[in-house]
Amino acid sequence: MSPILQGLITIVLGVGGCVAYFYTSNLILDKVIFPPKGANPGRNINRANMVRPWLFMLPAILALGTYLAYPVVGSFWRSLFNRDGSQFIGLGNYEKLAVDDTFRQAVLNNFLWVLFVPALATFFGLMAAQLTDRLKWGNFAKSLIFMPMAISFVGASLIWKFVYANNPTIGMINAVRDYFHLIPVDPLQIPFWNNFFLMVILIWIQTGFAMVILSGALRGIPEETVEAAVLDGANSFQLFFKIKVPQIMSTIIVVWTTITILVLKVFDIVYATTGGNFGTQILPSYMMQYMFRDDGRATAVAFVIMIIVLPVMIWNIVQARKELR
Amino acid sequence: MADLKLENVSKSYGEVSVLKDINLDIQSGELIVFVGPSGCGKSTLLRMIAGLEKITGGSLDIDGVRVNDVPPANRGIAMVFQSYALYPHMTVRDNMAFALKIAKQSKEEIDTAVEKAAKMLQLTDYLDRLPKALSGGQRQRVAIGRAIVRDPKVFLFDEPLSNLDAALRVATRIEIAQLKESMPDRTMIYVTHDQVEAMTLATRIVVLANKGIAQVGSPLDLYERPENEFVAQFIGSPAMNLIPGKITATGARTEVTLENGVKAYSAVPTQEGDLGREVNIGVRPEDFKPGGEQDCCFTGKVAITEKLGEVTLLYFEPQSGRDAVIAKLPGIHNGLRASTVTLAADPEKIHLFADGRSLLYR
Repeated sequence: MSPILQGLITIVLGVGGCVAYFYTSNLILDKVIFPPKGANPGRNINRANMVRPWLFMLPAILALGTYLAYPVVGSFWRSLFNRDGSQFIGLGNYEKLAVDDTFRQAVLNNFLWVLFVPALATFFGLMAAQLTDRLKWGNFAKSLIFMPMAISFVGASLIWKFVYANNPTIGMINAVRDYFHLIPVDPLQIPFWNNFFLMVILIWIQTGFAMVILSGALRGIPEETVEAAVLDGANSFQLFFKIKVPQIMSTIIVVWTTITILVLKVFDIVYATTGGNFGTQILPSYMMQYMFRDDGRATAVAFVIMIIVLPVMIWNIVQARKELR
Repeated sequence: MADLKLENVSKSYGEVSVLKDINLDIQSGELIVFVGPSGCGKSTLLRMIAGLEKITGGSLDIDGVRVNDVPPANRGIAMVFQSYALYPHMTVRDNMAFALKIAKQSKEEIDTAVEKAAKMLQLTDYLDRLPKALSGGQRQRVAIGRAIVRDPKVFLFDEPLSNLDAALRVATRIEIAQLKESMPDRTMIYVTHDQVEAMTLATRIVVLANKGIAQVGSPLDLYERPENEFVAQFIGSPAMNLIPGKITATGARTEVTLENGVKAYSAVPTQEGDLGREVNIGVRPEDFKPGGEQDCCFTGKVAITEKLGEVTLLYFEPQSGRDAVIAKLPGIHNGLRASTVTLAADPEKIHLFADGRSLLYR
């Protein structure tokens, strides 16, 4: 069978199955379980209406429960066991993490990532959104800035690996150094600073995302408030920082926290460039490193990451809801 | 305190001309109202005075200084927007203080100015609230307060009452009138499409139509002596009735023979050369009174009546493709629907228009 046909059949079965579920379950509820006739038609209608929401939510509850809620509990439980899951070792995995220097390094690096990547990506995105807004070729500039969003993290990492390449005939940075007759360096091996060279990759990717969302928000600002501020004598800087930015603050926070959550998940960039060597390890790549070897600490790392992400996530959702209101 | 002079002011967007050759002198202390149908450019003209739209032709002087290229903030104007345009992230106090903070005034000066304006507008209790915690009327008062605080030479109002409900609109209208009285030397320019606002507030009304000014005058001038059919029908509600006829006798009193053979007499004088001219007589609905068979001006069958208590509106069946004639009779009249009614009007109340222009002006 051709893959296209397979795909089509899957789509038809999937969509048809959903429709069939909602239609028939609703029908059974109304006609068989609580029919609006017999001794208590009114009571039956009320009961059917009470059951109906649960009926319709059931597939979602099952799917989310199986694929989201259960894995959280399961991972935590699993993190209390040794590598092959045969022996309960309590918090043993966490204890091992606590004394591991690489883990501490990863936590520190991750802290730097969380500090700089969301802030800079949001800042550059905001600048790009504002500066391209009134330009004739603004949309062209925007699509250029947005383009990295379409590249996978691994692809982007490879591109930047070329930029950072040690060989002056390949790497852009060393080509520039070569022009000034400086000896080539490998930016990815400079301790501490190599973390920032890796962050540049993610900032490069995420600026487009921030720009698109913030540009929409900037356009949503009522034009009159800007005009009123112009009449009040505000200059362009005051207009931007005192009138526009405060009005889109909730969007800025949503963008910021969304990128923060992403930062705490990204392992590909480190994995594809330094492999976590030269002191560039971060939590997700540390987890990947231990995924299929050594002891059972990968699940413990996963759980630590989740604990760190959780408050940011909650704040993100609260802000996003506030914005919807 | 500030005279405005508009000389051949024009506005076009590329090829499309919106306003052409507007000439207008505004005296210090006047409250000028721009009225006109939607899209006539009244808001655009106001925004040009504010500096939010570029003036593409002619010149605008404030106090004798050409301000075409002066940035909005330096023109000595303040504007109140239809949508209030309050800064949503600032408290009432900060909204009003914003312009003064930008102008780097001292904290004491700012506080005094804000407190004074707040007291004037009964906003003292709301100074620390955000705009979203205020009602529509309060928001509009904050917007007005923001203008007052700057102590401008010219106030601009862009349909400030349109977003308020009917009762609040009346109350706020009166507040604006009182505000004007308390600042007699300030010039105000007010844009509205609401006739009542125009009639009650204006020192002079500027009626805009067809990219230009149709007439400038005091409210009652426009009502009693409209220069053209457009102004005649635009001012007054319901609109003035126009009935075609031919001049059959001239002099201090003009005789017009209408289509149905009835003779109407107007107090508008005409010259001998006007004899035989095709004209429209104009009669306001409220100037009609019940009359006899041979009276001027109109006989027709009543299609609909609207009884408002103080007046009764009669809508006649349209005749020969023209707009239906409307009459407004004082008091309550029952049983007129579907009956044939003859209406008369005093010669003083009958306007004469030839080719759309009033014969009173020539």
